[in-house]
Amino acid sequence: MLKYLVKRLFEMIPTLLGITIISFFIIHLAPGKPTDVFSELNPKITPEARERLEKYYGLDKPVIVQYGLWLKRVVQFDFGESFSTDRRPVMQKIWDKKQPVTERKLFITFMLNLFEMVIIFLVAIPIGIFSATHRDSLYDRIATVSVFIGFAIPSFWLALLLMMLFGVYLDWLPVSGLKSMNYDSLSLGPKLLDRLRHLILPVFVASFGGLAGLSRYMRSSMLEVIRQDYVTVARAKGLPEKIVIYRHAFRNALLPLITLLGLSVPGLIGGSVIFENIFGIPGMGQLFYNGVMGRDYPLIMGILTIGAILTLIGNLLADIGYMLADPRIRAK
Amino acid sequence: MKKILVVVLLMFFAVACKGKSSSLEQRVSGGADNEIAYGDAVVEGTIGEPTILIPMLASDSASHNVSGLIFNGLVKYDTDLSVIGDLAESWDISKDGLVITFHLRKGVKWADGVEFSADDVMFGYKTIIDEKTPSAYKEDFLQVKKAEVLDKYTFRVTYEKPFAPALTTWGSLIILPKHLLEGKDITKTEFARNPIGLGPYKLSKWVPDQELILESYKDYFEGRPYIDRYIYKRIPDPATMFLMLRTGEIDTMGLTPLQFTKQTETDYFRKNFNKYRYPAFQYTHMAFNLKHPFFKDKRVRQAIAHAIDKSELVDVVLFGLGSPATGPYVPNTWPYNPDVKKYEYNLEKARQLLKEAGWEYANGDGLLHKDGRPFKFTILTNTGNKLRENTATIIQWRLAKIGIKVEIRKLEWSTFVNQFIDKKRFEAVILGWSISLDPDQYDIWHSSKTREKELNFISFSNPEVDELLEKGRRTFDIEGRKKAYFRIQEILAEEVPYIFLYVPDATPIVSARIKGIKPSPIGISYNLPKWYVPKKLQRNTLEP
Repeated sequence: MLKYLVKRLFEMIPTLLGITIISFFIIHLAPGKPTDVFSELNPKITPEARERLEKYYGLDKPVIVQYGLWLKRVVQFDFGESFSTDRRPVMQKIWDKKQPVTERKLFITFMLNLFEMVIIFLVAIPIGIFSATHRDSLYDRIATVSVFIGFAIPSFWLALLLMMLFGVYLDWLPVSGLKSMNYDSLSLGPKLLDRLRHLILPVFVASFGGLAGLSRYMRSSMLEVIRQDYVTVARAKGLPEKIVIYRHAFRNALLPLITLLGLSVPGLIGGSVIFENIFGIPGMGQLFYNGVMGRDYPLIMGILTIGAILTLIGNLLADIGYMLADPRIRAK
Repeated sequence: MKKILVVVLLMFFAVACKGKSSSLEQRVSGGADNEIAYGDAVVEGTIGEPTILIPMLASDSASHNVSGLIFNGLVKYDTDLSVIGDLAESWDISKDGLVITFHLRKGVKWADGVEFSADDVMFGYKTIIDEKTPSAYKEDFLQVKKAEVLDKYTFRVTYEKPFAPALTTWGSLIILPKHLLEGKDITKTEFARNPIGLGPYKLSKWVPDQELILESYKDYFEGRPYIDRYIYKRIPDPATMFLMLRTGEIDTMGLTPLQFTKQTETDYFRKNFNKYRYPAFQYTHMAFNLKHPFFKDKRVRQAIAHAIDKSELVDVVLFGLGSPATGPYVPNTWPYNPDVKKYEYNLEKARQLLKEAGWEYANGDGLLHKDGRPFKFTILTNTGNKLRENTATIIQWRLAKIGIKVEIRKLEWSTFVNQFIDKKRFEAVILGWSISLDPDQYDIWHSSKTREKELNFISFSNPEVDELLEKGRRTFDIEGRKKAYFRIQEILAEEVPYIFLYVPDATPIVSARIKGIKPSPIGISYNLPKWYVPKKLQRNTLEP
């Protein structure tokens, strides 16, 4: 087991290197430069000034040299400084130590995604099981249609309608942002409440769209398990249906979900741009999008690298989870 | 599941019947007392967030807006676009226009209590011309031959050649506190995100990507601003921002034409908000590649000008919130020449001109042909600008009427500029220029500015315009400059290198509780320190 783990960890290094090389070169293939934002079609910029700027950002060197320099810094866990005019370190943009933890970009996105994921799992799994055990019944059909509506509704549209209903007409919930104007003057209890009130709409909209995938997955996995011999045996033994389903079938049907969980690890730090824009959530999605639009190479590479590492770790965790949960795989 | 469906239905209901008015606590009592008072906070919704608060390093409008409240310049523009003193009480310009001597205001203090002096101006000047400072505004200051501090309150600059825009460059870009920044690397310093200025407001708190809170500077040299706090709230989505305006979470924002003409035309908005409207300092145009065989002939360009209905563009694209453009200046400003040749919408004239230029209908495909080539061309524009896209579509439809087939292609900004504009690989483009308050447009029209990356990308070349541009930037006398720029506009109108389409209006909206706003040709925010909220209407009290 330990040997296997070490081997897997070492295998991750060339994969990671490959990912960063490909990302780095593809980013540089895109036309344009970080300096474009203020040097293009700007009457105040002369060719000399443009050259000075490019030199300042180290863009005058060949791409391969730029990659080398980048790699050298990254092995020391330094993602460099952002190319945007503020020149802040990339790490500071993602995880600003000067702000309270709750204001740091990575934390905001992570918390939101975690809430969303927990809710999706809590709601989708029962829907899936119920649909499977009541296959083709009216309930199954309603559930199926509902989750697909959730899947098909554009989230920005649903978000705007909910904002109008709860924010403007009923005035129950705040329209956007993460906290109220008077947040700083509140004590701890009301502070938490204020945060929660701001989270209700975004978390609802995000989870509503995510129910379909998982509940359908759960349904088919459950259907497959129910057809297995050991379930027939359990039924033949005369066990009550509840025990057959929840003790025998359910646990086996959960196995494929381990893979899904593993795959969703990198998703925890990735945010959706449209979604974050609508709700005014200052998270990773916006940061990444602005980085791409501004050709902010260090920032893009920083976020991509963190994402790649998490993906690889997620895969590894999923495999380990499988080994722990399923004796058949452990034996191999 | 059922619950969710119910909610969805409810939503339609609520939207359909428009519900009750919001619970915005607008404490407007009948005879509201309009006395000037200190206090309250104004919240502005903004899409972009500032990146850096050192004016000379900033390149985006959000950064300049915020730093403009924190720093002042030696001079500034008055509401009639004349130049008046700011930190400089007065100045003398030598007869030959080469030497400007600024006499600074005495007793002005930086927010940390240190007195402002000519050394600060010198420091800012030295910083901006420094090789290591990545400033986009360097060029104006590289024209300076010599700068000297004569005494604590006197600063003198000498230019190589007379340079008319020189005076206005000494605005808020270059004033920096020497005592805080000397010997530091300006690109790395904390100061960029935590500046000490001498303007009406100072930075109090900045949560990146969420909000930026400015607090009034009580010892501001023109008197303490009335509004205690000015808050920028970052809301990246325009639709969300509008909803927040509706719920009262923000007090002011810029409206889109649709919001201005339709969505805010309700009793609620009329009662609680004031809308303002004035021409923005920019114009949208269609530029021809003058090297392209189709557009070499002046008559073809004139014909196209006759085939485009500018007032239609203003009505449809801008919902009437703008005015047709006739040249590269904003109407009602001093360089603007109202009496240039105008191209009224007239298809007959357009056809006539095209015929003279040798374009004839042939082979029955409905298109004009010349030398066997059909008249087809592509208009390029950048993605993400709905107004330009709509403009292109209308022009496409109009030109089809005179037998010209237009394709529209939208490109992402960097690609657009690097691959097409710079390499002159285009036939026509729709773009806009922001206009500086000084009329010097040497870089856009002078025939020497046609190399790659330069701004005369359409390859316009006219010896008389070259001469006039040169004259305009070397003449200090406003009447003399006016003559030069008037003539330039006449030539541009005759030659049609661009079709000047429209000047859009800026359309801000501000909560009605905020008083003291005086709209002017340069907008509304120039007298922000004098805005106030009468005591009875104050909403956001100061929190500990």
